[in-house]
Amino acid sequence: MEFGPHLILATLEGAVTAAVLALTAVGLSLVFGVMRVVNIAHGEFYMLGAVIAWYVAQMLGGHPALGFVAALVIAPLVVGALAAAADVTILKRIEYDPERTIVATIGLLYIIQQLTLMTYGPEARPVEAPFSGRIELPWFDWFETLFGMAQPWGWSITSYKLFVIFAAGAVLCGVWAMMARTRIGLLMRATQADRDMALAFGIPVERVYALVFGIGAGLAALGAVLIVPIQQAHYLMGVEPLLLAFIVVIIGGLGSLPGTVLAALFIGLSDGIISVFFSPTLAKILATLLVGLVLVFRPQGLFGTRTA
Amino acid sequence: MSMGGRVLGLHLGLLVVLFALQFVLPAYHHGNIARIMVLASYAVGYNILFGYTGLLSLGHALFFAAGMYGMGLTIQHAGFTPAPALIAGILAGALVAGGLALLALRTSGVAFMIVTLMFAQAGYLTILYFGEYTRGDEGFVIQQAQRVLWGIDLSDPTARYFAAWGLFSVCFLLSLWLVQSRFGRTLIAIRENEERVRMLGYDTYAHKLGAMVVSGTISAAAGAFYGLLFGYAGATFGSVQYSIFPLLWVLLGGAGTVLGPFVGTLFMFYLIDLSSGVTSAYMLIAGVALVLLTLFAPQGLTGEVRRRLWKGLP
Repeated sequence: MEFGPHLILATLEGAVTAAVLALTAVGLSLVFGVMRVVNIAHGEFYMLGAVIAWYVAQMLGGHPALGFVAALVIAPLVVGALAAAADVTILKRIEYDPERTIVATIGLLYIIQQLTLMTYGPEARPVEAPFSGRIELPWFDWFETLFGMAQPWGWSITSYKLFVIFAAGAVLCGVWAMMARTRIGLLMRATQADRDMALAFGIPVERVYALVFGIGAGLAALGAVLIVPIQQAHYLMGVEPLLLAFIVVIIGGLGSLPGTVLAALFIGLSDGIISVFFSPTLAKILATLLVGLVLVFRPQGLFGTRTA
Repeated sequence: MSMGGRVLGLHLGLLVVLFALQFVLPAYHHGNIARIMVLASYAVGYNILFGYTGLLSLGHALFFAAGMYGMGLTIQHAGFTPAPALIAGILAGALVAGGLALLALRTSGVAFMIVTLMFAQAGYLTILYFGEYTRGDEGFVIQQAQRVLWGIDLSDPTARYFAAWGLFSVCFLLSLWLVQSRFGRTLIAIRENEERVRMLGYDTYAHKLGAMVVSGTISAAAGAFYGLLFGYAGATFGSVQYSIFPLLWVLLGGAGTVLGPFVGTLFMFYLIDLSSGVTSAYMLIAGVALVLLTLFAPQGLTGEVRRRLWKGLP
């Protein structure tokens, strides 16, 4: 295959990664922005979403679309409820102290991961995509001296992958609308701006926190349900998205939603493109170093302008 | 301040008991205690930065692995004998700790935790990337013939126990002396209120830098000894899990106490050892312990003893 088609294919694959990554990272960013805590267990909520999607699809049987749509609703709700429960029982009791929260969520990470290992098992299991038509993409080029159209081998993308990109976009617009246009979004923004003042104005800050923690985890779970027909559900699948989401949130500017989405596009696309041409380990080394250095030298993030 | 007699007695007493234990312990626990003493040395190193200086690092596996690979790679590829290899490992750890400190200490709080986590992850991935030399996840075995230090075969259980005891004694007494020295008391002051210490005219940055280098060097020494005594170096020891372990041990035993790291390592080691007979998901125990500790006993076991019974315990 020539360079051109190769690059565009890599870009499309990258866009799928970016879409799911954006959902996961926005969840993490929302939690950090409003609650000022870092949730290390975020990747495990992602993994739970995928595992629950598999259970739901198994139980319902029938047409794959039925199980998938049910999972799309059930998994984020269950995971969100679990996260909200964890918030009330653990984080609230340590008063959202930033450092102790990190230690507690590390504990939560191992609890969720190991309980999944004990119940769901170490196997990777697939969930069938609701639809999986292939879309052949045409490629225009000069052949000999004639300009013409061709369809190089392997030069296609499944319709499901396009669906993932659009679905993630729609959800992100929904999150934006919730934050900017609804009353609960207003409460969240007020809590983010000044917790004590919000409390003084009678905003139930603790309930807002539980809700935000639940929504954050639910977004990660939603991303996982979208990706699980492409990848498989596995109890260790939360490790990589956690790291990537961290990278995205930090580069995008901690707590800034537009910055997070931009950074997710940037990282997702470059991840797809870089890993086609370079060793994935080397790409990961560079990415983690980049995050460390950004935090050291530009703590407001590459795209952020406000001071953190 | 002179060291209280009771304090010195307690800490030396622990070392004497550990020394004497090797003559009575059955083989299985004999091996376990040797391992625990090396790991507790790692925790002692971690405690200097976390417990006494108040800097929570999530990247100490980087130092542990630097010591282990500094030792292992020089034996494997440069034909070093154990003594220079151990020194190479410890020096590698000190260098890495100094380098990371220069960068990470520009941040504080949560950013410090994430920066250390990220650099440790980059270090772990680097070990995997150079799999040609490090053998990546699979790791490499250090042969028995390569583990003879001054005519003593370190693969022999008795010699191994002695070496582990020696390492632990040095680290343990070093930390006992350090935290009662002028330098150590300044570190404690930084933990309690950094702004005030700076206002009093201390160079807090230099003190934190010193603490991180000492902490990293002790961790590297533990890593180098671990690799040499148990004859294996693998990438797992550089993974996030091995950054979490010392945090867990120190939290359980009591952060900011000299005895805490050993107590925590001992308890957690046997807890995991017992539970691994029941389930393969032994990290569940670690997770539950972390959550419970943050919720109910942030001071740890020794910390509770200090709070209730013995106020002056260092």
